[in-house]
Amino acid sequence: MLCRTKIAAVLLVVTLLATACAPAATPTAGQPPESNQDALVEVGGTPADPGSLVIYSGRSESLVEPIIGQFADLTGIQVDVRYGSTAELAATILEEGSNSPADVFFAQDPGGLGAVADAGMLAELPEGLLNRVEARFRSPEGNWVGVSGRARVVVYNTDKLSPEDLPDELNGFGDPKWQGRIGWAPTNGSFQTMVTAMRQVWGEESTSEWLEGILANDPVVYENNTSIVAAVGAGEVDVGFVNHYYLYRFLQEEGEEFPARNYFLPGGGPGSLIMVAGVGRIASGPNEDNALKFIDFLLSPVAQQYFASQTFEYPVIEGIQTQRLLTPLSELDAIDIPLGSLADLQGTVELLQEVGALP
Amino acid sequence: MAELIEPQVFHKQTRSVWKPRTLLPGLPEMALLWLPALLVAAAMLLPIIYLLLRAGGADLPAWQWLLRTRTLEILGRTILLVIGVTSAAMVVAVPLAWLTVRTDLPLGRLWSILIPLPLVIPSYVGAYLFVSALGPRGLLQSWLEAWFGVTRLPDIHGLPGAVIVLTLISYPYIYLSVRAALLKMDPTLEEAARSLGHNLLKTFRRVTLPQLRPAITVGSLLVALYVLRDFGAVSILRYDTFSRVIYIQYRSSFDRASAAALSLILVAMTVVILVLEIRTRGRSLYHSASATASRPLARFSLGAWRWPALIFCAGVTGLALLVPAGLLLYWLVRGILAGEQISNLWLATRNSALASVLAAGFSLLAALPVAVLNVRRPGRLSHLLERVTYVGYALPGIVIALALVFFGANYALSLYQTLPLLIFAYVVLFLPQAVGALRASILQVQPSLEEAGRSLGHGPIRIFQKITLPLISPGVAAGAGLVFLTTMKELPATLILAPIGFKTLASGLWSAVSEAFFAKAAAPALLLILVSSLPMAILIIKDQNKASSQ
Repeated sequence: MLCRTKIAAVLLVVTLLATACAPAATPTAGQPPESNQDALVEVGGTPADPGSLVIYSGRSESLVEPIIGQFADLTGIQVDVRYGSTAELAATILEEGSNSPADVFFAQDPGGLGAVADAGMLAELPEGLLNRVEARFRSPEGNWVGVSGRARVVVYNTDKLSPEDLPDELNGFGDPKWQGRIGWAPTNGSFQTMVTAMRQVWGEESTSEWLEGILANDPVVYENNTSIVAAVGAGEVDVGFVNHYYLYRFLQEEGEEFPARNYFLPGGGPGSLIMVAGVGRIASGPNEDNALKFIDFLLSPVAQQYFASQTFEYPVIEGIQTQRLLTPLSELDAIDIPLGSLADLQGTVELLQEVGALP
Repeated sequence: MAELIEPQVFHKQTRSVWKPRTLLPGLPEMALLWLPALLVAAAMLLPIIYLLLRAGGADLPAWQWLLRTRTLEILGRTILLVIGVTSAAMVVAVPLAWLTVRTDLPLGRLWSILIPLPLVIPSYVGAYLFVSALGPRGLLQSWLEAWFGVTRLPDIHGLPGAVIVLTLISYPYIYLSVRAALLKMDPTLEEAARSLGHNLLKTFRRVTLPQLRPAITVGSLLVALYVLRDFGAVSILRYDTFSRVIYIQYRSSFDRASAAALSLILVAMTVVILVLEIRTRGRSLYHSASATASRPLARFSLGAWRWPALIFCAGVTGLALLVPAGLLLYWLVRGILAGEQISNLWLATRNSALASVLAAGFSLLAALPVAVLNVRRPGRLSHLLERVTYVGYALPGIVIALALVFFGANYALSLYQTLPLLIFAYVVLFLPQAVGALRASILQVQPSLEEAGRSLGHGPIRIFQKITLPLISPGVAAGAGLVFLTTMKELPATLILAPIGFKTLASGLWSAVSEAFFAKAAAPALLLILVSSLPMAILIIKDQNKASSQ
């Protein structure tokens, strides 16, 4: 019996490795995942109980459920997911403390992961996992790793503007000609991370001046990226500061005539930041092995290809085909700044409050 | 005769005639009323205890930050919004209740079912739909542009938009409690006033309105506290209130200590409102003085007034219900035509309905001892117990949810993230709605009727079953309806405290909206409204039948 269990376990690892090494652009090449599962059962007789896994996901169900489901099918692990907003789930994990039922925290942004890591609740990840991803996309302490990238962009209304009308750098939007034409979301986590990057690259003084410059142009305040993209499409404002992938949802839902497009600031400043959604393992989580298997799976070509083609995000590993409308990451002149160094959200919130961008 | 028209004076004279006697003798009263009421009040204090624990961790700069001038400014804005929405909701809801219960308004029953439904629309969805439909570049504008070349409508963001949206989704609090009071009102006073030659309006103002005071006050209290706790609508409509600042504190800086300190200020504001409200209560009695059982309610004939009345009802429900539902339907159809897959929502619907029914039932059970003691045993302790149930009501849902995460995960791990704890969370969140509705209707029940039952040798439980419960049934229905509707749309506690994988319509809606999948959002939103209208229809038709068959 013990022997069988071992065989099954070995087979499981082999299966995982096989999927992990599958050619990038052909995730469905070869056998579908179900038949892998069948093979496992056939050879091993009774398969080992693959156990369970509890994920707290700050990423929305509509985006990540398919890929989590694929992981569950592939491994036979009983996967339970609690969906919520990243900040609220982070606060929940902090309140739960060592009694947290969660094994994995899948967060929308490094801020939420940082808050949990600061409380010492994230375990250090094995180097083999961390090294699969560029250093700027993971925690310097090694307790979380980026899973998919998103670029900060300026979304603009194509009826009113063309790319030539847009400045190379964020500074350009302080010009009075942008009076009343800018949409922004100062409460948004990604926006705040961008401001944190500005503080680091430009210094407090210049960042504060920039914010005041934008405020002088009477920007229209939105609740989130989605409403900014909607407003730009409707012509309520001409430009907005957002993450790149929201536009593609609108193009999918409203058709390609939707009059808005993304503009990646070419100046290489803090406006050209690439951020990530990431994942960490809760140190007290009872299913360590399965948690690591899941993180491993998220960094596999199959999952990376899913993010690139289905959620319009950037893959964080090499050799993945990006979506047709998406400029590949390698062609973007992005600022090279480690995301782990952008943890001081409190300082950013205070600055935003000081200049009056936040209540 | 003068007393009849001034019912409060009239009642003050009769007050000395009876004194509250033992409702239940000795031990049973302790076990059936006081003990449960004390336990309920203790449960309601859990969030406050949590906040005190967390705020203790706030450092000095955090407290200093609280005292900046901007905080005062936000405080002022919050109060302005509370006053604006509460008065607007009163102006909308009281006439609606009177028209649907006491007049021959055409389609009366249909209106009675439709009018409370906007309560089920989550405020962030309501605000989003409102802006999409009527915003400066919304759907209405795009039609106007096509026909008349209007390129921009006046901006509705800020205070006006926030007042309109919050009024449209919160007036049902007042409507449902006033409706319950009207159904059980003694008609003889109005008849007397009419016979003295008062016209309809004067009768309403001098006789009906004063009798409705407890119901209006409790409804307004719920509206005021709802406005304090909301952050969804104010965020979208760009009006900074206290809840929004608390929310930003949680979301942006993960700073639980400052958020707790801010929340305590909200609790302090609630306490001020509660004290003000109790001042307005006075000592009046509201049950009929005569021993005769209630008679069928006379319905006033509206005559030519029926058309403006109809337009008023249609206008309010149109704006609060049909515009959002129409826009949702438009998104749904557009999505389906574009080939979008609409997932199976049966499980989410079942979960939502199950959780909401359980929440309504347990809230009523928990509210009953508190409300009975408050009315029948007026005194310091019973008043305190009733007030305590409201203290946390103005806190944003996430604060209550995190409090229960803290207590659940650390002190009741086996119950943590199970259905019982979720229902418990709903009860903590929505109990005041049940307490308020029950209290207002128990006030209308004559204690002498219960005493008569006792003199006939019936036990307390049988008396409650046979005499009190039938008399307060409109209040029970109102309380159940309020808790049911608000639980249907509840989000933060559901997301965090539900058994893992327990999907509801509200969580499906949120998940789709947050990622801008509007077609996917439309289906659960429409189902939320449809599923909620069913129990409301049952509650309302039952009530109305009873009222007209008596």
